[in-house]
Amino acid sequence: MFDNLSNRLEGIITKVRGKGRLTESDVDEVMKEIRTALLEADVNLTVVRSICNRIREHALGATRSKALDPGQQVVKAVNDELTRALGGETLAIKYASKPPTVVLMAGLQGSGKTTNSAKLAAWFKAQGRNPMMIGADLQRPAAVEQLRTLGRQIDVPVFSEPQDPILTATKGLEEAKRLGRDVVIVDTAGRLSIDTEMMEQVRLISGAVNPDYTFLVIDAMTGQDAVQTAEAFHNTLKIDGVIMSKMDGDARGGAALSVKEVIGRPIAFASTGEKLDEFEQFHPDRMASRILGMGDMLTLIEQAEKAFTEDQAEAAATKLMEGQFTLDDFLEQMQALKKMGSLGGLMSMMPGMPKELKNAKIDDNDLKPIEAIITSMTTQERTFPTIIQGTRRARIAAGSGTTVADVNRLVKQFGEMQKMMKKMGMAGKPGKGKGGKGAKGAKGGKGAKGAKGGQKMPKGLPLGFDPAASGFQIPGLPGTPGMPGMPGLPR
Amino acid sequence: MGIEFFFLILAVFVVAFGIGVVLLNRRKSVGQPGPGRPTPPPARLPESETLVAEPEVDSGVAPVVEELPAVEEEPPAGTFRERLAKARSTFAGAIAGVLGRSAITDESFEDLEEALLRADVGVAIADELLSELRVKVANKEITEPSDLLDALQAEMTARLVGSDRSLNFEPFEPGNPNVWMFVGVNGVGKTTTIGKLAKQQVDSGRSVLLAAGDTFRAAAAEQLAAWAERSDVDVVRGADGADPSSVIFDGVEKAAANKIELVMADTAGRLHTKSNLMDELGKVRRVADKGAGTVTETLLVIDATTGQNGLTQAREFGEVTNVTGVVLTKLDGSAKGGIVFAIETELGIPVKLVGIGETIGDLIDFDPEEFVSALFER
Repeated sequence: MFDNLSNRLEGIITKVRGKGRLTESDVDEVMKEIRTALLEADVNLTVVRSICNRIREHALGATRSKALDPGQQVVKAVNDELTRALGGETLAIKYASKPPTVVLMAGLQGSGKTTNSAKLAAWFKAQGRNPMMIGADLQRPAAVEQLRTLGRQIDVPVFSEPQDPILTATKGLEEAKRLGRDVVIVDTAGRLSIDTEMMEQVRLISGAVNPDYTFLVIDAMTGQDAVQTAEAFHNTLKIDGVIMSKMDGDARGGAALSVKEVIGRPIAFASTGEKLDEFEQFHPDRMASRILGMGDMLTLIEQAEKAFTEDQAEAAATKLMEGQFTLDDFLEQMQALKKMGSLGGLMSMMPGMPKELKNAKIDDNDLKPIEAIITSMTTQERTFPTIIQGTRRARIAAGSGTTVADVNRLVKQFGEMQKMMKKMGMAGKPGKGKGGKGAKGAKGGKGAKGAKGGQKMPKGLPLGFDPAASGFQIPGLPGTPGMPGMPGLPR
Repeated sequence: MGIEFFFLILAVFVVAFGIGVVLLNRRKSVGQPGPGRPTPPPARLPESETLVAEPEVDSGVAPVVEELPAVEEEPPAGTFRERLAKARSTFAGAIAGVLGRSAITDESFEDLEEALLRADVGVAIADELLSELRVKVANKEITEPSDLLDALQAEMTARLVGSDRSLNFEPFEPGNPNVWMFVGVNGVGKTTTIGKLAKQQVDSGRSVLLAAGDTFRAAAAEQLAAWAERSDVDVVRGADGADPSSVIFDGVEKAAANKIELVMADTAGRLHTKSNLMDELGKVRRVADKGAGTVTETLLVIDATTGQNGLTQAREFGEVTNVTGVVLTKLDGSAKGGIVFAIETELGIPVKLVGIGETIGDLIDFDPEEFVSALFER
């Protein structure tokens, strides 16, 4: 998501970043490109104008004040402006003091209300709540059936009656109270904002259930019209937040950027995939960084924390930095990593990734040959890949259904990567931290005990890894230089 | 700082390394089609076999399209333009601006650019349209503000006219049904379009069968079945999660056995960025042709509120399934559908049908002149 916008802006920003001085005509040129980039990303024209005016003010200010590195100031202005336009802070859900907390879902046809009702229910469930869903879309054939099926998948009850949507909503709310459910999500029929009859109906549903939150579901691929739709629904219903659906496509997400600006309500959630758990709270600041190609490290870290245990990660990272990371460890980490989500998705969150990598369509199935090669090796070979020669190679290739060349490449790349990581580890200044923690061998005695237990490593500042020394920087800091090294990657 | 750093380094390393190897392998395997690469072949390479390559039958092609079929449910009132007009204020501001000045100025062009962009025409096409006009104004070919509007309208119309917009139906032998496939991203209205079109086709005297190839979305088959009931046609469906290719294949076989002329095949909505799902769709398209039937239309359904992403959708779906036409849905409301200019100009895929309302009669033929003149409604 937002990838194309990122690419455009990244290109523009690279141009100004290095410049010591910016002239006014430089600024004009940059502004023209930013305008086009935003328009191609379907940002609403009115919003484009206001964003551009503000960025221009900042940029010109920087030029006049002869500040150091004005290019950097432009980048900062764009970042600030995008963060502001996307909505500043993440919407925090406040639960009703007298349950249930009622959530009303509204939107155009096909925006994804029903699917996102279920996703939202699953999200509430993960927060430890007991949600229930009400199917008040009696318009579209089988909409309620769809909601019931989804409800079964996430084990959330669904209430619906075939007569009247308003009555269904009222009765459903009663039922939820009777059952002691503390969150109720009301799915409504899709409607056009100009359809007065249907807008009146959803207003009556809203009146009947008196929602704590009314969410407008908007398709991330929507064009200039997103703003009018949001305005019309906001006038009828008082929207509290927006759910952006289909954010996993390559839409540039300009609709997201525009809606907050116009109705002054934040984007609360984003749907990022077809699976019911591919749904997350929307963090405007992180998204702005991602748009600018600075990566989204916070989300990445959160996902990593779900997938790895602390000890596991620490042990593996230690070995990595000491150059003792084996193919076995790699395999193990790879498998843990898969729990974090698709590789393509992870890529998009990483800072400074080369464009070739970012644009490459990565299918998780592409990793299967790698796994096959590694699992076709003996324990010894996985620990000391250098011993893989001649007949071993042929055997591994045959065993994994790949070619000798494939095996070779993997081994060679792994070796280079190992060397590089070791260098990075050495570059740090050891001894800053308090105490050492023994590097743990890979679990389960897979023979990767090559890590000589008991090696000291600083903990306070992990790994003795000094970002500045290794040239690796956290995104958001000036001048993110890109991935460290990455030798042997295709250019 | 702290534990996050471990996660970070690990994740970066593992992902980067994994992807590096994948890419390198992929590159190598493209260069030399060596043995043993288990990566599935990009299923979009050959694909050009059938559809376009049979103009010889053209003489027999019945101009299929419904002349606004007299569906009893909804007497379609007025022309295409009248029915669109309720939502067309798009250009009104720009028109007033241009006409409000005594001469053509830079502001006139800014007004027009704004109108085009707001209609989702896109920066590139808007620039092209306006730069042609600028030349004419500079050469004094156009001097009056109202002529400027007329010239723009003419130019936009010219970009759309001339394509064959009829739905392709071949009068095959009984037992060889036509297959019309419907593809598109999620939530654009594929199933609804099939439902409406099925009814229209039945009313115009064709025998129709529906194949519920959307086995992914919960209750999609039920939705299609509900439509099938309305037009009293058969629907072939598989279990949830069944292989869509086989469901559609079964549908075609059943149609062939029962001498049904036309199979309309629904498919699950998918984002064009999901390569595995797009590969699956390519397979569905190929299998639909394998049995007794012949795919004579592959219609890409696009939501008229779609922005610039619509062009990418059309390109990607076109590569995988050889799209022969576009159905622009939800063109009522305040949608503008300006993306059709980019789709038609850059990809040459004609818009064949538009959806302008909820009832069965609200799916109608696309008329470019009316479409453009509706934008310019004064």
